[in-house]
Amino acid sequence: MKWLLIGIIVASTTAGEVLQAAGMRRHGEIRDFRPGAIGRALTVLVRNRFVIAALAAMAVSFFAYLGLLTIAELSFAVPVTAITYVLETVLAKYILKEHVNWLRWAGASLVICGVALVSL
Amino acid sequence: MSHEQARLRLKTWIFAGVVVFSNVFGNFFLKRGMPPALARPIEYITVLFHPWATLGVLLLIVWLMSRMTLLSWADLSYVLPVTSVGYVLVAVAGKVLLNEQITMKRWTGIGLIVAGVALVSGGSAPQTAHPRPKTAGAGP
Repeated sequence: MKWLLIGIIVASTTAGEVLQAAGMRRHGEIRDFRPGAIGRALTVLVRNRFVIAALAAMAVSFFAYLGLLTIAELSFAVPVTAITYVLETVLAKYILKEHVNWLRWAGASLVICGVALVSL
Repeated sequence: MSHEQARLRLKTWIFAGVVVFSNVFGNFFLKRGMPPALARPIEYITVLFHPWATLGVLLLIVWLMSRMTLLSWADLSYVLPVTSVGYVLVAVAGKVLLNEQITMKRWTGIGLIVAGVALVSGGSAPQTAHPRPKTAGAGP
């Protein structure tokens, strides 16, 4: 049960965050932060297919995480979810076509080791 | 171009700060409002209306919106490591607010996270190769 929930969390978080990034990139940089402009951006974003799919995936991830917290310690739950960093950085390079230079790979690797040490 | 880079960098720092703080405190209040066990499926919904949990959920909505805004210009492979500084904040808040011990192992982990964040934020621009959508109006 524990590992099933972790599998669901890792898969839905990774899918959700990559879709979120893809959707926001399609939208383009948000530059205007006046209330009216934010409202207009929201009405555009709720019709963005990537953003809708991202929100659905993140909702699955959220409730699976609530479920995991009731059967596992936080110190177990957090380091395992650090695996999403690896998956998302790889997907950022190959799906989002970002230029992941060696500094970013090195930084992401340090962060993953650090998260594991802090939480274990 | 350097003015443009400075503008993006400042905006990135501001929103990364909002993302980190809303995530850390959102999760903190959510955890505080959670009962020890969720027995029935309906409790997954009703628990969200416990006052502390509601505050947590509101902060997580702020987190979602600010993260989406940040991703509208910054790369995912930049945002991920940089916002992970939240793990450090959780450990430090545990020490300051709850008087938890920070062991040698945890200090090492904190050091690695800070080094990773410094490498990524200092060593690359937030945005690499974003194709600008042709329809976006108010471009420079």
